[in-house]
Amino acid sequence: MKTILSLLAAGVVVGCITPLSDSESRQRAERVFRETFTHGNRQMAARVERQDEVQALCSLYRNEPPKEIAARIEQSQLATLRYPASGRLMGDWRRGEKIAQDGYGLRFTDPDTKRLNGGNCYNCHQIAPREISFGTIGPSLVRFGRLRGEGEPVQKYVYGKIYNAEAFAACSNMPRFGHNGVLTEEQITHLVALLLDPDSPVNK
Amino acid sequence: MRIDRVLAGVLAAMLPCLSPAQQDTQKEIERYRQMLAEGNPADLWEARGEELWKTRRGPKNASLEQCDLGLGAGVVKGAYAHLPRYFSDTDRVQDVESRLVTCMVSLQGFAPEDAMKNPFSSPDRQSVMEALVSYIAAESKGMKLDAPVRHPKEIEAFRIGEQLFYRRAGPYDFACVSCHGENGRRIRLQELPKLADPKDAQKIFTTWPAYRVSQGTVRTMQHRLYDCYWQMRHPQMDYISEASIALMVYMAKYANGGIVNAPALKR
Repeated sequence: MKTILSLLAAGVVVGCITPLSDSESRQRAERVFRETFTHGNRQMAARVERQDEVQALCSLYRNEPPKEIAARIEQSQLATLRYPASGRLMGDWRRGEKIAQDGYGLRFTDPDTKRLNGGNCYNCHQIAPREISFGTIGPSLVRFGRLRGEGEPVQKYVYGKIYNAEAFAACSNMPRFGHNGVLTEEQITHLVALLLDPDSPVNK
Repeated sequence: MRIDRVLAGVLAAMLPCLSPAQQDTQKEIERYRQMLAEGNPADLWEARGEELWKTRRGPKNASLEQCDLGLGAGVVKGAYAHLPRYFSDTDRVQDVESRLVTCMVSLQGFAPEDAMKNPFSSPDRQSVMEALVSYIAAESKGMKLDAPVRHPKEIEAFRIGEQLFYRRAGPYDFACVSCHGENGRRIRLQELPKLADPKDAQKIFTTWPAYRVSQGTVRTMQHRLYDCYWQMRHPQMDYISEASIALMVYMAKYANGGIVNAPALKR
């Protein structure tokens, strides 16, 4: 009897539900997302629940924003760029290599200590050619400095790209390492050196 | 054996931060080859799962043999090939793990929190779930995956899963699509499936659960998603959350037609 009733109920449901519109399914997905992280760190949960404008727009357009939206994103993100007060953009490529290898930080299992976060760069990019364990989500950066030079304009570009990649390519897959507080200004200067310093293995 | 496994896990976990990583990668590959030659250790999980399925447990001292995995009470053969799916008795779309929790509660009398305790094993603690899922999946080996996306709630789950797949958030701005949106990409040396491409999805979705050499245990699809969100710098995903099941329905729709080959053997 119970089964028959539930079958009937299912039938009624089938009869009157129309497919969700995009905005309805987005709303439901948001509700579901907010019920997903109830056992972990509340602060972390708050951070993923609240999307900023770039995250929200890139989610909405599935990383393919129309031209005017892309321009709006790039403009707003360009305004976030901050360069070191010292004016020095080239750090130490050896320290840059360590940061590029390091995947530590911001996972829920990473203890909240004074240890600096890593950059995870090799996860997505080929960088120094001797490292064969590299990812391919981003472009290869081998010989980057040799191909692009090492002058101030290139330094500024590389620093800015790592600081906030969305300023140069809206809805890029690359994290906004400076803007989102993943890496410090100093760490970013070491990565600039890894890519641009003529002595860096990247340019050998 | 256990120390060996822990060591393998530690080594694999360290793999991404070592330079040069070649030597360790080579070691891992050799371990793979050895494992392949010896057969899949998941066989042991399957056997333990079958025993657990038939053993009387819980406050009601009952086995799971009358559990309905979607093809009727007690039918295990082929059930995994049609999951996740909508169940009218719970009025929800459920994956195999969520359904097992339902059965542990209704048939065996466990409190839900007890049924959901320790879903992922650690070196000093076995998981009932990993064994049961191994057994159930193996009973669909060789069958065509046909997870239904027909009932309104299944369609709704698909749509929610699709939205979640593209939802970027957190300090890394990551969504599932950040890694799984294109063919032929890698993180370090790990190849990544494009999950909305049937060719990739059919190969990947059908091979979970899997014995993971780097972790020395069988891991389920719930664990795979939990692990992805960990990498994405999101908080700990709730076990059998609605979001996790919606994402599975999303993946299953593209994976349908693939042949179930689980538990598989993976890194």
